Amino acid sequence: MHDDNAYDLLAENLDDHHRWAFGTGFVDPLEGVDTSVPDDVDASMLATYSLMLGDDALVYSHRLQQWITRMPELEEETAIANVALDLLGQARMFLTRAVKADPSRADDEDRLAFFREAHEFRNVRLVEHADGDFAELVGRLLVVSTWRLALFERLRWSRDPVLAAIAARAVNELAYHRDYAARWVVTLGDGTDLSHHRMQAALTAIWPYVDELFTTHPVERALGDAAADPAMAREPFDAVLDTVLTAGGLERPTTAPLGLLNGRAGRDGMHTESLGLVLAEMQSVARAHPEATW
Amino acid sequence: MVTAAGTTAGSAFDIAAATPDPELPMVTIADLGILRAVEEHDGRVVATITPTYSGCPAMPEIAHDVRRRLERAGFTEVVVRTSIDPPWSSDWITDNGRHKLADAGIAPPHSAPTRGPTTLLQLRPTRRLVACPRCGSTQTVRTADFAATACRALYRCDDCREPFEYVKEL
Repeated sequence: MHDDNAYDLLAENLDDHHRWAFGTGFVDPLEGVDTSVPDDVDASMLATYSLMLGDDALVYSHRLQQWITRMPELEEETAIANVALDLLGQARMFLTRAVKADPSRADDEDRLAFFREAHEFRNVRLVEHADGDFAELVGRLLVVSTWRLALFERLRWSRDPVLAAIAARAVNELAYHRDYAARWVVTLGDGTDLSHHRMQAALTAIWPYVDELFTTHPVERALGDAAADPAMAREPFDAVLDTVLTAGGLERPTTAPLGLLNGRAGRDGMHTESLGLVLAEMQSVARAHPEATW
Repeated sequence: MVTAAGTTAGSAFDIAAATPDPELPMVTIADLGILRAVEEHDGRVVATITPTYSGCPAMPEIAHDVRRRLERAGFTEVVVRTSIDPPWSSDWITDNGRHKLADAGIAPPHSAPTRGPTTLLQLRPTRRLVACPRCGSTQTVRTADFAATACRALYRCDDCREPFEYVKEL
């Protein structure tokens, strides 16, 4: 048998290595990586922190995937599919890092992604909402990727070498995502009256969720320099947003931030109803067929 | 079939290095810089690979292919490990790999940018002088920042009018 054709390999089940139904050839994305937790880092907190960064990417990736077949142009659809794929890859590594740091959480990333309830998810609330239109898609992508890039430019120096390595890989991806979104925000803001109006309305709609991104969570504070303090990301975030908004002739919204519920927000598992809708779709196949392989 | 006893230290590397990339089968994983190391001790082989992008879906297939090729060559104990530090760079694509990409109509990447502590915002479309891999013209325009995979962008040649892909610098 000739084995040079990758497509033949994909089509044939050549050994007992069955593939999970919920991913392609699911294997540990940190296979062979030294995942021991540094002595002076609390393993349980590190796991919780990894879940926060992983859940942001997982939930947002799913929301972006919902745009597939709905985009205005094929080129934009390909772009969003690739952004979603990058984020899914980041999510897998963070969730796996959580499992390796604290194996009592779950057996593997699959368990964490598909079998947790909404209140166990640690993502910020900004990423769980469906975009109302294309302007909201690029506005949210600009905010999320600018914020995440600013965080990861610090996280790449984390005392945990695994988080540092994941962040170092992700910064270059996030820079591509941010620049893509920024160009569209400027294009729409500086376009027709209608596109300008819709871009401004989109920013106003997502703005209540922005302040939450920069609130330091007790877990982040306790982890010290193993984590990246989101409060430090505010200044670089504002600088980028100001540049983009000015170039697009757009106003920084003044919408009041969404409040906490009993002092809790997304990082504490307090979500809007939108997260339940994401999970209902994302988790349904895994829960209906928990042992399925293909 | 070569048996483990008959192999030399160099051959395990050569076998692993010949594995084609599933997405770009005209180049091998060694050409792309995905294969980082192959160590052999007493017939036990440890091959180390690194993902290009975080979400690269080809990693499990590459690991599977490397393991199968080594096992067929007689190595009974094969371990494929992942390395994520330092992150892959398009600068690791070999000269040979770049020629093979160009021969297949895919423009190879420029040097990756040196990055400071913050990555500067690029509000204008990325300007690169990319030569058309078919006719050599530099009258080319970028048509999309993302193509069939995250690692490629789409271009069009204004002289020969052919669209082509460019492997992005990362």
